[in-house]
Amino acid sequence: MAETLLEVQGLTAGYGAVRILHGLDLQIAAGEIVALLGSNGAGKSTFNNTLSGIVRASGGAVKFAGETITRAAPMAIVDAGLIQVPEGRRVFPNLSVLENLELGAYRRGKAGKTANLERVYSLFPRLLERLTQKAGTLSGGEQQMLAIGRGLMAEPKLLILDEPSLGLSPKLVEELFALIGTLNREGLSILLVEQNVGQSLEIAHRAYVMEQGAICFSGLPGELLANPALKRAYLGM
Amino acid sequence: MKSDEKAYPPPAMLDPAILFASVLNGLTTGAVYALIALGLTLIYGVLHIINFAHGAALMMALYGVYFLHEKLGLDPYVSLPIMVPAMFVAGYALYRGVIARASHGKDENILLITLGLSIMLENAALYFFKSDTLTIDTAYTLSTVNIFGAMIAVPKMVAFFGALATTAVLLLVIGKTSLGRAIRACAKERQGARLVGINVDHVFAMSFGIGLACLGAAACFLLPAYYVNPQVGNGFVLIAFTIVVLGGMGSFVGALIGGFLIGVVESVGGLLLGESLGQIGIFVIFIIVLLFRPQGLFGARA
Ligand SMILES: Nc1ncnc2c1ncn2[C@@H]1O[C@H](COP(=O)(O)OP(=O)(O)O)[C@@H](O)[C@H]1O
Ligand SMILES: [Mg+2]
Repeated sequence: MAETLLEVQGLTAGYGAVRILHGLDLQIAAGEIVALLGSNGAGKSTFNNTLSGIVRASGGAVKFAGETITRAAPMAIVDAGLIQVPEGRRVFPNLSVLENLELGAYRRGKAGKTANLERVYSLFPRLLERLTQKAGTLSGGEQQMLAIGRGLMAEPKLLILDEPSLGLSPKLVEELFALIGTLNREGLSILLVEQNVGQSLEIAHRAYVMEQGAICFSGLPGELLANPALKRAYLGM
Repeated sequence: MKSDEKAYPPPAMLDPAILFASVLNGLTTGAVYALIALGLTLIYGVLHIINFAHGAALMMALYGVYFLHEKLGLDPYVSLPIMVPAMFVAGYALYRGVIARASHGKDENILLITLGLSIMLENAALYFFKSDTLTIDTAYTLSTVNIFGAMIAVPKMVAFFGALATTAVLLLVIGKTSLGRAIRACAKERQGARLVGINVDHVFAMSFGIGLACLGAAACFLLPAYYVNPQVGNGFVLIAFTIVVLGGMGSFVGALIGGFLIGVVESVGGLLLGESLGQIGIFVIFIIVLLFRPQGLFGARA
């Protein structure tokens, strides 16, 4: 196996007195697509936001690219190259498409900004047509492209995609998963958080299933798909 | 002249020349109102709070300009490069040191803190500077310029162009710089801003600082034709708040147009109804606009 990029050990976190993550372990190797599955409210987004430094970890350790980033500030985590494309896109609605992309390189990827913009345009020609348009006026699919484009502008070492297919048409979902595959073949490591179990397991190298703030399955997609009991219990399939 | 001719304003009040002069005067005051309102609307747009300390901060800035003039002999316009950075630093420090710490991230707390600050500043001013109304004398205080027949005081002309220039700089910073982009990003999408690595607390403090820096500039433009006392900010903050709501909360264009509108309405209203009733016009316009456009002239629909 390639070198470990992300190593999470016994991570606990929550909101105020409410604990959501109860000692979570997870690894991602460089070059992998890892799927993180689990029903609504399992704590997937909380986990992502703890990795990104938006929710403060109360215990455990997160190591990323050799550095310990447990409880680091969000900007330090961006500096390290751990970039999240959040659930609900969270693009800047009052800023133009171009400004949104430029802000992706606010801390990281400044030197390669021009080349990275070109790359984003070639991945998403739709964005190039709408550079001066306010992001808030884009369709849901276009906003998702913009959110991913903004993430790529930071030259991520690991890209977290939190429910990127949410609210997209089946055709766009198809395109999205093809894109995720392409980005990965170009060398990008990806943590794919999805409710879209079938398509996620098709492209992922490994998978985790989360339930009530802890990992209840980890293994190969094939193992999960081959086990009807697991599928029924954790994925409602 | 018979005395009863003075008591009843003759129809000459509606003389176009007088009306023209009144509109011009309103525009000059309106430019300063706009500058004060811009600071308020910037802070509102980014932090989503009404800065109740805005008037008190303006009052402090006016005292600053006053004492620089009285103690160091500095002309108010020469004080600009001192007052603008000083108010910026004060705003930045106030946000980071007091507001951010005491609010624990809750907007309603920030509201109360700024209200408390305003009461404290006003009382501190009463204690240290007494309640006297102070003015300064400059060589140009009483000089006027002739604009197509209307005599406009020189300090008002300077205030007009100075406020416009300051506004232009502010709009440029917000619209074109990397800091401005970050400010606009934090205004509407804090979580997204954190995820691209923007230091949101720093940007909030910068916005607060820039909002107060506008007051530093406004104070330098105001004092030569105005006065300062511990309550001087209250009238301004009421008008600035009216402008911000009128123009649309958080809208820069709205604050600018609203500032001019209120300045002219106040001036012409004063001409037609007398000084004390003139301000009624402001609130009539305010209510009419809110009846038909609750989001303000340039506000986005909620
Ligand atoms: N900002 C928040 N404050 C308090 N509780 C939250 C917050 N965000 C999420 N939660 C709670 O944390 C739990 C996990 O939510 P989340 O991490 O969003 O799950 P998932 O992404 O797997 O759907 C839920 O019970 C949710 O109500
Ligand atoms: Mg979620």
